[in-house]
Parts: sequence; C-alpha cells; structure tokens
Amino acid sequence: MRIGLPPASKRQKPRFAHNMDEELYKENILDHYRHPRNFGKPETYDVREKSSNPLCGDELTLYLAFDGETVSGARFEGDGCAISIAAGSMLTEKIKGKDIGELKLMTPGDIYTMLGIKISHTREKCALLAYATLINILAVR
Amino acid sequence: MRYLKKSMNISEKIKNDFPFFEKTGVAYLDSAATSQTPQVVLDAMEAYYTIFRANVHRGLYGLSAEATERFEGARETIAQFIGASKEEIIFTGSATMSSNLLTYALENTLELREGDEILLSAMEHHSSIVPLQELAQRKKLKLVYIPLAEGFALDYKEAKRLITPRTKIVAVMRASNVLGTINDVRAISQTARKNGAIMIVDATSAAGHAPLSVKDLDCDYLYFSGHKMCGPTGIGVLYGRRDFLEKLYPGFFGGGMIDRVTREKSSWREVPGRFEAGTPPIAEAIGLAAAAEYINEIGFPAIREQIEDVFSYARETLSRIPNVSIYARTDARENAGILSFTIKGVHPHDAAEILSRENVAIRAGHHCAEPLLSELGETALCRASFYFYNTRGDADRLAAGIKKAKATLRA
Ligand SMILES: Cc1ncc(COP(=O)(O)O)c(C=O)c1O
Repeated sequence: MRIGLPPASKRQKPRFAHNMDEELYKENILDHYRHPRNFGKPETYDVREKSSNPLCGDELTLYLAFDGETVSGARFEGDGCAISIAAGSMLTEKIKGKDIGELKLMTPGDIYTMLGIKISHTREKCALLAYATLINILAVR
Repeated sequence: MRYLKKSMNISEKIKNDFPFFEKTGVAYLDSAATSQTPQVVLDAMEAYYTIFRANVHRGLYGLSAEATERFEGARETIAQFIGASKEEIIFTGSATMSSNLLTYALENTLELREGDEILLSAMEHHSSIVPLQELAQRKKLKLVYIPLAEGFALDYKEAKRLITPRTKIVAVMRASNVLGTINDVRAISQTARKNGAIMIVDATSAAGHAPLSVKDLDCDYLYFSGHKMCGPTGIGVLYGRRDFLEKLYPGFFGGGMIDRVTREKSSWREVPGRFEAGTPPIAEAIGLAAAAEYINEIGFPAIREQIEDVFSYARETLSRIPNVSIYARTDARENAGILSFTIKGVHPHDAAEILSRENVAIRAGHHCAEPLLSELGETALCRASFYFYNTRGDADRLAAGIKKAKATLRA
C-alpha cells in the first residue's frame, strides 16, 4: 500500500531552514530585552495607550507625558517577546525630547534601523508593536 | 532513563511514507495545527485529477459515475471511521465550516428563546466558540462555560450542575488542541440528553489521534477537519445523528442540495445531500478516505502506543529542564499527543523562532483558544504536538532546542 517517493529530480528543495547568518538576538537586542529602559508605569503621564498582538500574546502599554508639543516623558510596560520589548525600550529612549511633528514623520523603516536586525514577516508585528501604539496616540493629537 | 524503548509496531521507517520528512529533515512537532501527508493520500488525489476527474451527482456519463462512486465510497469510509452510517456524514470545507453550517442549521431548526443557554467547555477552540457566540447574540441566549478543574481537566461536577432545562446546546471538544486532554464527553452528553440539550463535539484534535466512535461519545453532532489526520486541507466532516439530520433545516443553499426549484420556492434533497450545497470537495474527500484507510492500516493500538510513548518521553525530558512549566496531564493515555509549555525568561514567540532555526517546528501563541489561555492566566504558550510519525529523537531535538533558546536569551 505504501508507495515510494518520486525520483529525486522531481523533488523540490526544502525551504524550511533559516539562514543562520541572520542573527536576530544580537547583544544590543538582548540587553534591551533583559534590562528594558523606561520600563514600568510612571507616576504621572498625559496619555496612556495599550496595544496587543493577540496572535503571539504580546501586550504593551505606552505612557507619554507632554510639555506643549514636546514629549517630556515616555515609559512603557508589557509582556512580550525579545523583539517587542527591545523595540519598546529603544523607542521610548528615542522619542523623549522630540516634538509631535517630528514623531509623525517616523516610519517603520526607522524602527528596523533602530533595531539593527533583519525583521522577517513573522516578526514585523513584534518589532512594530510599540511604534503602532505611538501612532495611535499621535493620530488623535 | 525511565522509559525503556519497547518493541513498537511503528518504527522510524514510518517517516518514509511521508515525502515531507525526506525533503526537509524537520523535527515536525506541529501536527495539531496540520499534519503531514502520506504518499498514499497524494496518490489517491492525483488519480482523481488525472484519471477520473468529473463532477459528482450530475454528469450522465461513465466518468461522472466513477467520480460519484469514489466520492460516495469516501463517505462510507469516513462513516465507518467514526462508527456512523453513511447518511450521517456531511462533507464540508473544514471543521470551522462544519461548525458554522451546524450553527446556522440549528438556528433555522430549534426554537430558541431569549434566556436559553449554550454551555461550552472552557477548552473550546475559537471555531466552536465564535459561531455560537454570534448565535447567542442574534437570539439573546446566554453563554455559560464549564470551568477547568485541577490538573488540566474539565470540572465534570460543575458541568453536570450547569446543565439545566434552560440549556439548549452543549459544546465540548473531544480533545483540547492546547492541553491535549482527552475529555470524557460521554459523562457530559448523558446529562445533556436528560435535559433535552443538543450535544456537539469538536473532534478535530482527536480524529486520527485516538479511536473515535459517535456511539461511545453518545453525541448528536460531531465535526473535524481532514488536515490534522493525514488528509488534505479543504475538507471537513460534520456528523449528525440520522433522526436529528432528518429534522434539521439546511444552513447553506444552492445547487446540489435541492430536489425541485420553482421561481418561488424549493425543496431539498434527501439527507445528507441537502447539507452539501454546491460542488463538494471531491478530490479532498477521496484524499481523506485514503488517509482514514492508511490510519486503519497502521491501527489505533500502534498509533496510540507511539503517541503515548513519545509524549511521555518528551514530558519527562522537558520536566527535567529547569524553568520549564508543562500544561498537560501526566497520564499519556488521557492526552492526544499535545504538550504545551512555557520557559521562564523566554517568550513563546522567541522559543519558536530559535527552535525553528534548529529545524524544530513548534507553535507559539494562543492556539485559537483565548478563553482557555486566560483561564490558565497566560497570553501565549509553546506547543509541541506529537503524531505517530514522531519519535523520541524528535523529542530530544525539542529538548536540545529549548536549552539553546535558554542559552541564547540567557534565561
Ligand atoms: C480543536 C480544533 N477545533 C477546530 C479547529 C479548526 O480547524 P480548521 O481550521 O481546519 O477549520 C482546530 C484547528 O485549528 C482545532 O485544533
């Protein structure tokens, strides 16, 4: 009943294996993941926005304080993978002191550059979770 | 090592039946999402496409008769596979389509009143929950959940208490796609029956992984997908008790399901054809029947022995890794081959990514069971699922990958 495989010439090459050279968990990412900056709910803030990525269970809340048009404080908390936590940590560092106009010009590409790693399709949502939360806040300001 | 290798009926060689393994070399531990396809299933479908392809139930020529015979033969095979009769088997596109079709049909048939209740187990998959939630909203029904007891099992005492004459529908899955727990559906269906409620069983995680008998489960409706039991994608099965199907109003309409059509109204074909509107998944039904025959040929005693051996071995191996928590009952006989776990300091998404770089495929996330995950107090779990083609070697690769993930993230 069991029938053999087609000849090798007809078979396709496996596509599963990742390119091991594309290092994802670089020192810098691990550092931000294990010791996230600006982590934890601040005592005072002006806006609070929560986002989640239900598929992989990431949750992130961003707290911003404004001084006029300028971000005077940025903190976050949440539960997520190394990439989403590192991105939250780096983003809060990056946006402090910037004004709303500048932030509105930020693109996903800036986030990838900031992370410094190649983001595959399956990690896009993780990498951009903090950024998407920021965009939601900016949309109403 | 506590688990000595016994003489087993299934050996490493079983992988040779599946082109996938030779092509990829992957330790594939995601059969609960979709299983791999044996060559015999591919051959059965290819025969349809290359030798006797025709539509069913309509062409008045030899080929169509042959296609119809094979398609109806597939129905017979699947009926036997779950201990039902041919008239009780409806082919659909998937478990999800079965669940939606059934919900519409029940809505068209039952007299549901505001305040009536639908009882679901806390383990249900979104494909069971969401259609019933929508029905509840349309009809102003109340959704009630059977909670978990200790040890990743359902609370059967609570279940019995929660079934009352107000309960109109009870939905309990045969095996959880997250915890792997095989539920004692019969214990609940008998109480449901006494209270006049309809008993629906999602058998998607159980079909092909453990013997399945609608008589033993004593259920009214049962459904599953073909693609988690070595069959193709695009095919699902909905079983309905004959006397219930006779009274069930169709959920979907169109060609293929009608007897006569006038400009104003139509009448329906006999059961089960009236529930199969449009051209059915013909090649897929033939492929699914080939899968069922392949599984029968290996036999459930051997399948269970292999799944239980590898599950127990993996469970024990993982439980020895520090900071790994396991979400499964200890007795492998009560498990469909599914081992969910978390690693402290390693998010499931990172674990799956690092494992995939080691050529080990597991799944991470909520596994389409968000209410269950919130009952467990988790947002995501890692899930390794074992089928009869998996070996202790695959479990070893999983354990090695977990250690690698911990090292990578310094957890
Ligand atoms: C227990 C269970 N029920 C239902 C489904 C839905 O199956 P499908 O996606 O094939 O419709 C799945 C698979 O995802 C499942 O694991």
